[in-house]
Amino acid sequence: MTQPIKFYQTGTFTVGNRLLPEDLRSVQSSEARDNSLNSGHRACQGCGEALGARYVVDAAMRATAGQLIAANATGCLEVFSTPYPETSWQLPWIHSLFGNAAAVGSGIAAALKVKALKAGEARATTRVIAQGGDGGTTDIGFGCLSGMFERNDDVLYICYDNEGYMNTGVQRSSATPPAARTATTQPLGPEPGAEFGKGKNVPLIAVAHEIPYVATATVADLHDLESKVEKAMRLHGARYLHVFVPCPLGWGAASCDTIRLARLARETGLFPVFEAEHGEITSVTKIRRPVPVDEYLRLQKRYAHLFGAKGHPETIARIQAMADKNIKRFGLLAEEGAA
Amino acid sequence: MIKQIEGSQAVAEAVALCRPEVICAYPISPQTHIVEGLGALVKGGDLAPCEFLNVESEFAAMSVAIGSSAAGARTYTATASQGLLFMVEAVYNASGLGLPIVMTVANRAIGAPINIWNDHSDSMSQRDCGWIQLFAESNQEALDLHIQAFKLAEEMSMPVMVCMDGFILTHAYEQVDMPNQAQVDAFLPPYEPRQVLDPAEPVSIGAMVGPEAFMEVRYLAHAKQTMALDRIPEIAAEFKAVFGREAGGLVRGYRIEDAETIVVALGSVVGTLEETIDTLRAEGIKIGVLSIRCFRPFPMAAVRAALARCARVVVLEKSFAVGLGGIVSTDVRLAMVRIHVRGYTVVAGLGGRPITQDSLLRVLHLAVADELKNLTFLDLDWDIVNNHLAREAASRRTGPIAENLLRDIGASAPRTR
Repeated sequence: MTQPIKFYQTGTFTVGNRLLPEDLRSVQSSEARDNSLNSGHRACQGCGEALGARYVVDAAMRATAGQLIAANATGCLEVFSTPYPETSWQLPWIHSLFGNAAAVGSGIAAALKVKALKAGEARATTRVIAQGGDGGTTDIGFGCLSGMFERNDDVLYICYDNEGYMNTGVQRSSATPPAARTATTQPLGPEPGAEFGKGKNVPLIAVAHEIPYVATATVADLHDLESKVEKAMRLHGARYLHVFVPCPLGWGAASCDTIRLARLARETGLFPVFEAEHGEITSVTKIRRPVPVDEYLRLQKRYAHLFGAKGHPETIARIQAMADKNIKRFGLLAEEGAA
Repeated sequence: MIKQIEGSQAVAEAVALCRPEVICAYPISPQTHIVEGLGALVKGGDLAPCEFLNVESEFAAMSVAIGSSAAGARTYTATASQGLLFMVEAVYNASGLGLPIVMTVANRAIGAPINIWNDHSDSMSQRDCGWIQLFAESNQEALDLHIQAFKLAEEMSMPVMVCMDGFILTHAYEQVDMPNQAQVDAFLPPYEPRQVLDPAEPVSIGAMVGPEAFMEVRYLAHAKQTMALDRIPEIAAEFKAVFGREAGGLVRGYRIEDAETIVVALGSVVGTLEETIDTLRAEGIKIGVLSIRCFRPFPMAAVRAALARCARVVVLEKSFAVGLGGIVSTDVRLAMVRIHVRGYTVVAGLGGRPITQDSLLRVLHLAVADELKNLTFLDLDWDIVNNHLAREAASRRTGPIAENLLRDIGASAPRTR
């Protein structure tokens, strides 16, 4: 399993690091990194999911000293990482089905617990993560996810949310936001794109299960993402991490804008970043100056029908109202003068 | 140790003797008593360390089983009917991944109309899923087959379904000879996986396979099932050496040596058939029964050899392919290619319709006289069938079929002859 590490980006710092003290910065490449999702995979340029998964799994590997097993749902992450005879995974990894990653994770955790008890240990040292996209999590895998939560199985489930079924050609999922164009929510008719009043908020549903830990994060703040993974791995029981991962292909965005879009999603209030423990929200990442949603929407062709000559200013206003509601609901606005 | 216990309890105790490490349970009649029995054993600490998971669906049950088996644990679950259908995607996945999970299917009809009683529609719907399918004739055999199933599954790295008739076996209190732990330990070694999720030796399991190798992967599944055809009788012999009784194997004949007519069947109905055959033999009719104990892999050669010298074959089956006829019959006909025997299919016992000796005698008398239709539905009530067909011919909005028929019968419980 040894392979020379290629330092493509030695010395570069990812966006979001520059304001941090050096010891707190996330570094793309270093000898300390496990490279659990190794280079050479087939993800698109600028893939938010690949970036998110790389940081999540490496952080989990660090937190468990490499004693980690991953279950993966069907989807982009599975397809682009294992074009056999090549695999990008440098940890034990299993893909079973689209809708069962959480349950497969539960099964692995149960097996590890029994093995540990047989070896005279109180609990397993090897830990389990399960991961999938928003379709595999919020739609087809939702039953298994909720079951894993309510049994409080010792699994960290990570949802990489790119707001649609990208692997099958950009169709709507229950995580697709209103007005977004997908192959099944066409920009046609009086209410173009995905309809308002539909979809579900799985992070809050996870909170309602009162599991030990729920957090949201974006790939714009990798250090925050890593620290949430590390925190999750310090805890036992069911844990849920929902990571916002822009999809250049599905969103019609420039691949260089992945980080920017993730940051704007948070700064507009459209994607609230928070943590919750045992059913209570314990922290939120504040917004210093809320950004109007236009700035976020304009960068994406999936919202192109909202702009241009005709435009849909009233739809943009409805999206702004959603962002404002989040800001109020989660208390996202930093007080004047606060950091 | 001789015990007088319910079939489900017998299976639960037999599975417990196999030292399972992970058990997942989701309730569906008529398998519930099995996992309830195992749950009590786990909760009471008798099986420690063993994890018992109450999951949220059969799909989750099989998915948890996939995870635990891939992580190296001996894994068991049980289901029936709608539950088996609900987990189908994971059932195929478990065999595709080569995971030696053992599952009891307490055979039950499939709806609609919803029906909790016994037939073989559920496991027959999964005959091509890549699992080994063993059928139990009695509670003793159900118990014994589970012990053999773990050994077979783990040696072949292939999941095994033990099929036992719902209610008829699962809920029947019968005498069984329960082995002791030392016997089972002598027969069944600890599970040593061929593939395992282990940080010390990381592997990727479940990668996408394209046209370049998919055919070969599928062929290997077939090749392994073919190898199981050799291994299953050997395991039955090894079982006999330790436990001192016959159980399992591929097929079992009863009075077939000089039989001109052989009835082919699976499961608990074989016992009824044996008694019927005794009656017919007393009348001087040369007739016997062939019990198919292993349906997948299908023991083509053994069935062919057993049927080679008879004049006619009657397949009596509790399953039915709508638009075609018999399911078991289709496979039996394949075994009969180029041997010149007449073949009949009798579909019987669907949805728990009792299969009585009187009805069997009537239909088998017709068979030996070659007066039986090629496809016969045992004890079908033609009056209510024709009544409904007439109603459909007469008007368009006739409403739901099942409810119409029940109203015609005027009974809330299934009528039996």
